[in-house]
Amino acid sequence: MIVDTPLLELNGITKRFPGVLANDDVYFDVAVGEIHALLGENGAGKSTLMKVLHGLYRPDQGEVRLHGRSSGITTPADAIEAGVAMVHQHFMLVPTLTVAENVALGLAPSGFILDTSEVAERIRDLSSRYGLHVDPSAHVWQLAVGERQRVEIVKALYRDCRLLVLDEPTAVLTPIEVEELFVILRTMAADGVGLIFISHKLGEVLSLADRITVMRDGRVTGETTPSETNKAELADMMVGREVQLAPDRPGFEPGEVRLAVKDLRVAGDRGVDAVRGCNFEVRSGELLGIAGVSGNGQRELAEAIAGLRPVVDGDIKIDGAEVTGRHPSEVRAAGLAYVPEERMRDGVVGEFSVAENLILVAHDSEPFSRRGILRLGKIVERCRELVERFDVKTPTLETTTATLSGGNIQKLILARELSGQPKVLLAAQPTRGVDIGAAEYIHRRLIEERSAGNAILVISEDLDEVLALSDRVAVMFEGRIVAVMDVAEATVERVGLLMAGSGILAEVP
Amino acid sequence: MNEFFTVASLVFVVGSGIRLATPFLLAGLGETIGQRSGVLNLGVDGVMLLGAFGAYWTILETRSPIAGILVGIAVGLVMGLIYGVITVSLRAEQGISGIGIFLFGLGISDLLFQKKVGTPMPIRGFGDLHLPLLADIPKVGEMFFQHSVLVYIAFLLVPVVAFFLNHTTFGLNVRAVGENPAAADSLGVSVLRVRYTTILLANGLAGLAGAVLAAELGIFQQNLTNGQGFIAIALVYFGAWRPIGVMGGALLFGMVSATVLQWKTLGLVSGAASSLTAMAPAVLTILALVAISRTVGQPAALTRPFDRGQ
Repeated sequence: MIVDTPLLELNGITKRFPGVLANDDVYFDVAVGEIHALLGENGAGKSTLMKVLHGLYRPDQGEVRLHGRSSGITTPADAIEAGVAMVHQHFMLVPTLTVAENVALGLAPSGFILDTSEVAERIRDLSSRYGLHVDPSAHVWQLAVGERQRVEIVKALYRDCRLLVLDEPTAVLTPIEVEELFVILRTMAADGVGLIFISHKLGEVLSLADRITVMRDGRVTGETTPSETNKAELADMMVGREVQLAPDRPGFEPGEVRLAVKDLRVAGDRGVDAVRGCNFEVRSGELLGIAGVSGNGQRELAEAIAGLRPVVDGDIKIDGAEVTGRHPSEVRAAGLAYVPEERMRDGVVGEFSVAENLILVAHDSEPFSRRGILRLGKIVERCRELVERFDVKTPTLETTTATLSGGNIQKLILARELSGQPKVLLAAQPTRGVDIGAAEYIHRRLIEERSAGNAILVISEDLDEVLALSDRVAVMFEGRIVAVMDVAEATVERVGLLMAGSGILAEVP
Repeated sequence: MNEFFTVASLVFVVGSGIRLATPFLLAGLGETIGQRSGVLNLGVDGVMLLGAFGAYWTILETRSPIAGILVGIAVGLVMGLIYGVITVSLRAEQGISGIGIFLFGLGISDLLFQKKVGTPMPIRGFGDLHLPLLADIPKVGEMFFQHSVLVYIAFLLVPVVAFFLNHTTFGLNVRAVGENPAAADSLGVSVLRVRYTTILLANGLAGLAGAVLAAELGIFQQNLTNGQGFIAIALVYFGAWRPIGVMGGALLFGMVSATVLQWKTLGLVSGAASSLTAMAPAVLTILALVAISRTVGQPAALTRPFDRGQ
């Protein structure tokens, strides 16, 4: 029977890069109408495998077969022709163009003159059929993240895709949007589209997928179905050892207020205020988690607290001392440690060595320098200790920082920030793009600091992370803290609704 | 100063302003197309110089202005091909490559001029084309409808380029490639092909701009353009990457230049003051750029080479 021929077969794909075996004899297939999840850490080989599928990489061994025939895909254009589409994690959209223009882009020109009215008409058809609400005439830059993702899916549907790859599609969505997306994906599967769902969120994979394949170090380490497995088992398959998904949180004994933010307003990049009146406190011995969808003012809030962004109004106190609008060095002196969201841009100097990055803050004070001269002996001594204590995996202290993995860079930043004995630790997206093993370590470390009497503020778009770490949970929406609650009261549903803006009826913080 | 505020002066300033604006407009339109696809070419002035010399020498030898103009365009296309190989295929840094192109054009055009011509000899370009009826309107005709055919072509290109960018499928590709080449590539648009095409168009127009300059002035000399290509690049920013805006900038620049000329003719400025007023157009451009300084409309991928593997 024809139906028995898988839509896609990747047969024994092997791909080598200098010094790395990115894919090692990988077998992977998708049936017509199947949702097949591909699970794995960063560097497990998922992206390489997808690039082989799209013809961007030529495999050293193995074969890509579509509908039982060799795929012959060598360019993105071939992939589209063959009905293979991808929704990238970083959207492939042109913000200055309209939705219809983005969809029309690259289609075999129906003529020299651009006419998007027909395109718009078909977009409306697809929208109503799949419940994908998009306005064809809107400019993409005006759209929220969830809408942009729908545009990506419309692009794929418009090209009659038979196989759709979704790379971490839920990373930017609220729990409600995730549910909506899943409905759309299930409808597509019911229409016979094969879906490859790449993710590291175990819960989502279990609820959506028909089948789950786990990769680690370039190899397939397991294939299973949601009914046969659970989160813990999947995590173990990904990491290769037993993983503690949620850290233990010893008793909660809050002390005095260490960080107080009052009526804070902060300007955004586009002139409009991104933070519009934020109020919260973090006490010693407490971890406050701020949940929220990306782009609701979290980044600006963090930067304002760290002194990196001018404050329009309101004030920020660290351990009772006013630090509003102070220079970052003064904020640090007042006791703030800051793990920034963009670790490569704001957290480390990529070209510097591990040692140089580790002492970046303390380098101009005793004992690491005297009268402007660096004292290398002392520096090396301290760095050895920090690398050891914080489990930073680096070949040497002289290694260029940018060559380390995201998890190790994050541990390096954490080591540096905590070595200054801060009173308040502000960690923005502490485990974004970090592998599970390192995330487990970072989580444990944050809890240890909190239990040792530090005040910890974690800002994260990963709701599971916020719920696992926090003593209290705050939700940020459109520049405001719309609710603060004890973690015991914070269910995924309740916080999810607040993240999506249904906080009007919710409690006043 | 009163002798300046006369109808005759106005007619001269507007008429000459339009004429002087033409090379800026042509080069600026070309640069607009290139930049909308994400390619900055700082070498415009060098390409204009080569185009100017090519046209000048051709007209000198053949006495055919049309042949001269075609050679100017051809020289631009060749330079565009070179620039495309350097910046698109080899992914060299655009700023530095453009400066290289400028210095190359500046040097080679002068060398060829010294070797092939030596002493400056005047050429005859296109005569003024008096548009029927319109040219006979008093004053207005003199200002707007008694120009060389090249002037009309340049201004007609403004709506043509605007239409090309905004209402054609290739224009959509150009805009997409300038904003997010990876997105265009993922949909099967060849970034390479789009950028080569826009670079060829941009440089062809720069070559034409140089040819127009030589044909209108009827002469060639070392550094004939005197930095006009750089002004043309500034006008693209001034015009916020839109053909109509570039035209506005080119006209403003042309009129100010014409005003300065008129002051000199009337003897209103002399000596050191004359040299200083000669700077007026450039100073004005800088002030205008600062005043309306904006990057709204700037293609997001401007100056960024595209490499699919990244």
